[in-house]
Amino acid sequence: MNSLDVENVRKDFPILDQKINGRQLVYLDNAATTQKPVQVLDASRSYYQEINSNIHRGVHQLSQLATSAHEKARETIARFINAQRPEEVIFTSGTTDSINLVADIFRKSGRMKKGGNIIISGLEHHSNVVPWQMICEQLELELKVIPVLDDGTLDQEAYEELIDTKTELVAICHISNAFGTVNNIADICSKARSVNALTVIDGAQSISHELIDVQSIGCDFYCFSGHKCYAPTGVGALYGKFSLLSELPPWKGGGEMIKEVTFDKTTYNDPPYKFEAGTPNIEGGIALAAALDYVNNLGISAIRNHESALINKAAEFLGQIDGLTIYGPPERVGSLSFNISDIHHFDLGTLLDKMGFALRTGHHCCQPLMSRFGVSGTLRASFAIYNTFEEVENLAKAVEKSLNMLR
Amino acid sequence: MTIAEKQKELLDELNLFQDWTERYEYVIGLGKNLPQMDAALLTNDRLIKGCQSQVWLDCNVVEGKMVFMADSDSVITKGMIALFVRILNEEEPDDVIAADLSFIDQTGLKEHLAPTRANALGLMAAQMKKCAIEASSGHPR
Repeated sequence: MNSLDVENVRKDFPILDQKINGRQLVYLDNAATTQKPVQVLDASRSYYQEINSNIHRGVHQLSQLATSAHEKARETIARFINAQRPEEVIFTSGTTDSINLVADIFRKSGRMKKGGNIIISGLEHHSNVVPWQMICEQLELELKVIPVLDDGTLDQEAYEELIDTKTELVAICHISNAFGTVNNIADICSKARSVNALTVIDGAQSISHELIDVQSIGCDFYCFSGHKCYAPTGVGALYGKFSLLSELPPWKGGGEMIKEVTFDKTTYNDPPYKFEAGTPNIEGGIALAAALDYVNNLGISAIRNHESALINKAAEFLGQIDGLTIYGPPERVGSLSFNISDIHHFDLGTLLDKMGFALRTGHHCCQPLMSRFGVSGTLRASFAIYNTFEEVENLAKAVEKSLNMLR
Repeated sequence: MTIAEKQKELLDELNLFQDWTERYEYVIGLGKNLPQMDAALLTNDRLIKGCQSQVWLDCNVVEGKMVFMADSDSVITKGMIALFVRILNEEEPDDVIAADLSFIDQTGLKEHLAPTRANALGLMAAQMKKCAIEASSGHPR
């Protein structure tokens, strides 16, 4: 079994050394954003210090260096998710941007017909709900929602009943940001294919935890944010099958996305450039590739082993606390959501913060899911490569201490 | 006692506490002891919806003075509400409007008042002033 040398990993993340409210920081809000290793910070800095220049525009040396670094980053991303070719990777500002890009180009394409439907699930983050709701309202499509079972998994039978020949598109998260539920996306995509529906997978919560292979998943689109995988904020990627990207219309208009502009008619560039109007986040893309290299060097299987042991240990310790309910299935990845009877999540989160524990409280941008479970929110501990068993044990102790204060 | 004097008294009390634990236990105690609002008053028009916790605020003018009642689903928020109610209750509308609420910066509980739209408590403080403005201009809610 591959193992992770967590003590060494922690040395790469200087932010973890700091004190919060006089206590050692225990960062358990990784599903919101991860911390950045020095390798990524160095990549950002050295980009600006050594090769900063606009890409695809200049004959000069710096521009060529920047262009080549940026395109190399695209190749790294393509390899990381096993895309067939780098041109299938579009740089975006993150998952929300990627989903909106897909929704918008579909709206423009005229492929979606009135009376058709789009399927999402009850586990989705608002960013994989609202863009589809908007398109459904505008084009008079029906938005269908796969229900969530009591164990926090999707009702597969209901999905089979919902999907039909009028289904245009299925948009589902790989892993739930609220409960850590891992969806069987390969199966979901295969059923969508059987009715010629396209598939969009929100990979925001899987990119740092799972081996991603877009070809074996069989999805048409897959998207993720860099900042949830040890890269800076403001950069992410959208994978799309090349044939689809070629057919679909461009998104924003501007520089870079064109072949030739006259006032009568503009012809558009080929994918991925036709979807990348304007100067991109060059440094962000390069830093994102550095983050993916960092993850690859540690090894995704070693990361999985460590994180699954951590989250199981957390469930074991927290599960012993009187009145504590853990949501979602036992095989969770990344996030563990819980509540304690008669205690407001905000109160518990506030006291945990005073003890140095950074957890997320609230609805996690999943209000429909919270309503489904009859709660206004939960506490969520979410894990990353640098979290330790000691932190998990101390979290359970800190929860007990908070309860003594609140009860 | 003026609003400023009440604030000083409150800060003196809070300063008796040695550490954050005692300070929070005090606030939690205040939250538990703040009378619950009548269920009939917990209506949507009194609801101040925050991202984390919800606050209900009821404003009345009784004999020319502001009478605030408030509640929350979070006990810490409720304790913080109790601090505001203690400072501003039974004061004349113009005094509430003029009140400098920066005392909260010195309580060690300031993080609950981050000026974001998601913060129900910050919104409540603003709403209390708004009620006082309406009362002062002769249009009580």
